[in-house]
Amino acid sequence: MTAQLVVFYLLAGVTVLSSLGVVLSRNVVHAAFMLLLVLLSVAGIFLVAVAEFLALAQILIYGGAVTVVVLFAIMLTRNDDQPRADHSQRPLALLAAAGTFGLLVVAFVASDIATLDETTDAGSGGESAFEALGTGLFTDWAIPFELASLVLLVALIGAIMLARSAEDGE
Amino acid sequence: MSAVDVLIAFAGLLGLFTGLAVAVLSLTWMERKTLARIQQRAGPSVVGPHGLLQPVADAMKLATKEDIIPAYADQLLFWAAPLFVVVPAFLIWVAIPFGDGLSVRVLDLGLLYLVAISGIGVVGLLMGGWASSSRYSMLGGLRAAAQLVSYEIPLVVVILSIAVLVQSLSLDAVIGGNTITVGENTRELQGQGSIPFAFVMPLGFVIFFIAGLAELGRTPFDIHHAESEVVGGPFVEYSGAHWAVFFLGEYLNTFVISALIVILFFGGWSWPSPPESVFGTGLSDATTNLLGGAWFLFKTYIVVAVIFWIRGTYPRLRIDQLMSFAWQVLVPLSFANLVLIAAVLFYDWPLWVMTLLSLPILFGAAFGVQRRRGVRGRPRTVRVLRKSAGEIGRPVFSGGKPGPGGVITTPSQAGD
Repeated sequence: MTAQLVVFYLLAGVTVLSSLGVVLSRNVVHAAFMLLLVLLSVAGIFLVAVAEFLALAQILIYGGAVTVVVLFAIMLTRNDDQPRADHSQRPLALLAAAGTFGLLVVAFVASDIATLDETTDAGSGGESAFEALGTGLFTDWAIPFELASLVLLVALIGAIMLARSAEDGE
Repeated sequence: MSAVDVLIAFAGLLGLFTGLAVAVLSLTWMERKTLARIQQRAGPSVVGPHGLLQPVADAMKLATKEDIIPAYADQLLFWAAPLFVVVPAFLIWVAIPFGDGLSVRVLDLGLLYLVAISGIGVVGLLMGGWASSSRYSMLGGLRAAAQLVSYEIPLVVVILSIAVLVQSLSLDAVIGGNTITVGENTRELQGQGSIPFAFVMPLGFVIFFIAGLAELGRTPFDIHHAESEVVGGPFVEYSGAHWAVFFLGEYLNTFVISALIVILFFGGWSWPSPPESVFGTGLSDATTNLLGGAWFLFKTYIVVAVIFWIRGTYPRLRIDQLMSFAWQVLVPLSFANLVLIAAVLFYDWPLWVMTLLSLPILFGAAFGVQRRRGVRGRPRTVRVLRKSAGEIGRPVFSGGKPGPGGVITTPSQAGD
């Protein structure tokens, strides 16, 4: 067993255990911190797979920004001393989780991941691969890329509008 | 990766961490001496010559002090929070170059690495604030998150402008120069030894310095542990070794930001003229690297001294000034900086055009801020959240009493 495999299994173990922690923890704030652990160990797995850029983007976006926003939202809106998870939406959550999992499995099976050559994959390797990723995003995949940023922009404006209308109502 | 590589990496990390511990000790002494001079005091002077051993005495005191964990605290998170602050602060140093290609790990994506790792520290502050189960801690943690997330944006956009200028994310290229190709134009970007980027993009430098200061949470930006408002913020309930670890993280971050300013804007290890021209040729590689490292540390300590100087000179900002300054001044200016550098490269203008275009914007912005937000700026009430039964909390413009868990609530009739 190589060192990479040992590190991978270690990280995979942390990922699985902390994912279980996210779902099973009865304390929302604990679940949020567990989520951070999941996201960071997934970044570690990306590193083991030599996808440096993906790993750093994962840490930057999910480890830094998303977790902080989630925590911020929980801490500002929950009023209890010990925030508890909401349980009335369990069936819906189960459905959504099963659906997402099914979709992922289908996507995984349908993809050519088994035959993928890691040296030519845009997400991995050094600066040249990183450049290929950037060029790809702005040429071949420009429309999906712009669509994604449009969605984010709409969400941003929507959030500001919601906050604004509450303010004007005073 | 062979066993030798692992050993070298391990030795590098060990040396780095030892060096950083010494650097932090020197910073605490330096800060107390600087502040003392500014306030016409002597500062530490009893332990050792000029109080030089004071940091050692402080460290021993903190290590032996009782480490109190509040009864209502969340034990695990309370214990883990300092680690989330200090570990990223250490990890950043892995990519910092002390000489040409001389870092613990040379990363092609160095700039991205710095940005990514430094973003995690916020989580530690939030964690500590929440786990302490104290209202002051909670408010301090939330303030820290709001402040750090806001000021991270101009910081990252300025780093992005540097990346656009260098056409690379590698720190070695940022210092040593690069051959850059934008569209059909190719030009040779000289290393920062000949022209530091502080002169190429003065606007970016000022934004980075201010936002970096805010990222550190140092005066005048120490809103999240403002003693007169939230006592000690996220650190209120911490004592002994745990507090010492937070403290260590804070000084490490000061050192990191100073080193980043030196690397991004003042040329890192590169000498204004090659060391050979001063010391004669025939220098071995080791000597050149040593000279470069010493030069880099010298410049870093000067920036640290400026940061301490600012701490001793300026009063603390109000929280509304702090947030509006980030979003209304720094963020637009940083985007202006990015667009400018892109235009200069795209139209293949010489680099001094960038300086020429930046300076009026910089002085205009400084003048505008002075006019609008200086003496005449009217204080605004800080928004707090209201939450009554069956309603999602929404912002109101009135005071309130602190509710359980540190979230401020107002009675439902208030504000309508």
